[in-house]
Amino acid sequence: MENGNKLNQTYEVTNVCLLAGKIMLQSGAETYRVEDTMMRIAASIGIHQSHSFVTPTGIIFSIDGTDPTKFVRISDRTTDLQKVTIVNSISRKISSGEMSLKDAYEEMKQIETANLAYPVLIQITAASLVGGCFTMMFQGGWHDFIPGLVSGGVGFSCFIYFHRLVQVKFFAEFLASFIIGLLSFLFVTIGFGNELDKIIIGSVMPLVPGLLITNAVRDLMAGHLVSGLSKGAEAFLTAFAIGTGIAVVLSLF
Amino acid sequence: MILQLITSFIASTAFGIIFNAPRKSLLKCGFTGMVGWVLYVWLVHNQVDSVLATLVAAFVVAIFSQIFAKVYKTPIIIFSVSGIIPLVPGGLAYDAMRNFVENDYNSAIQYAAKAFMISGAIAIGLVFSEVINQMIRKFR
Repeated sequence: MENGNKLNQTYEVTNVCLLAGKIMLQSGAETYRVEDTMMRIAASIGIHQSHSFVTPTGIIFSIDGTDPTKFVRISDRTTDLQKVTIVNSISRKISSGEMSLKDAYEEMKQIETANLAYPVLIQITAASLVGGCFTMMFQGGWHDFIPGLVSGGVGFSCFIYFHRLVQVKFFAEFLASFIIGLLSFLFVTIGFGNELDKIIIGSVMPLVPGLLITNAVRDLMAGHLVSGLSKGAEAFLTAFAIGTGIAVVLSLF
Repeated sequence: MILQLITSFIASTAFGIIFNAPRKSLLKCGFTGMVGWVLYVWLVHNQVDSVLATLVAAFVVAIFSQIFAKVYKTPIIIFSVSGIIPLVPGGLAYDAMRNFVENDYNSAIQYAAKAFMISGAIAIGLVFSEVINQMIRKFR
């Protein structure tokens, strides 16, 4: 009887750990943080011998002994730092004993499906602001602010829309940056903006894979070579897609 | 310079929104980005090489992110991502690609090499601050 209870508890721990890891990895946390969180949760229950292998596309988690090893596949990744923060604080609460495993599991189940993102309109506004401000930061003049604003916003909304339409992220990025280039070219031709280069650089900024670059560096530093290299490859492909989109416009005109 | 301060603050905060950072940390994201960018611009303005300037700015961004992460008990990437973004050599990459398209491979390679160096500088800046952070933890 006692043995059965213990087995149940181990199952519960594995489930909680894997769910926490899955949410964090899907939301764009570093590999190091995912592994660390899972081990901390396990350790707080008294299981000090746990092993995990985390790559951007899957998590393998195992607790020493005869218990089965479990595996989760991560198929799509987004950027949602809020979820990372929430799961991080839940794991802190588990470690300090404030929250039971069962409550944590329930709460994380809710978070997994919840949509915590800012409304799309606010995201697009933010992207336009990024476009306009970066145009100014790269020494553009005031007359380039509005064109940067507009093409940054339009480019980002195109990216969101195309990404819903086709699941291939790189293609969506390519199309979005192509439209940015086209729009900026149009603005300069009709005399609405002055410097084509500044407008394009500024409005492409919202698409730049900043999180991937930072995560790749941090993962490589922490010794997670597989994840670091694959995230670096993803960042490179994204940058390449953006570059190609602009290059097509430049070579057309 | 004031214009640079304001625009970099707004841009970094807006990036926080795109990455869906928690509402409470948005202003700190903006602050980190502002510090990094203004430091970079000031260094370049004073004839410091842009690679070195990027390294210093990335280092300072990472230090600030670590302080914020410790004080507010949140994951560090929230702050470091929005701080690093302005330093990414988008302009150089653009110039490189433009020259590639125009079949001017010599200048294209030059720009690309520079962009690569600056990306490396960002990485090393992040690494340095991480190392210092770990050393402080060890000595305690």
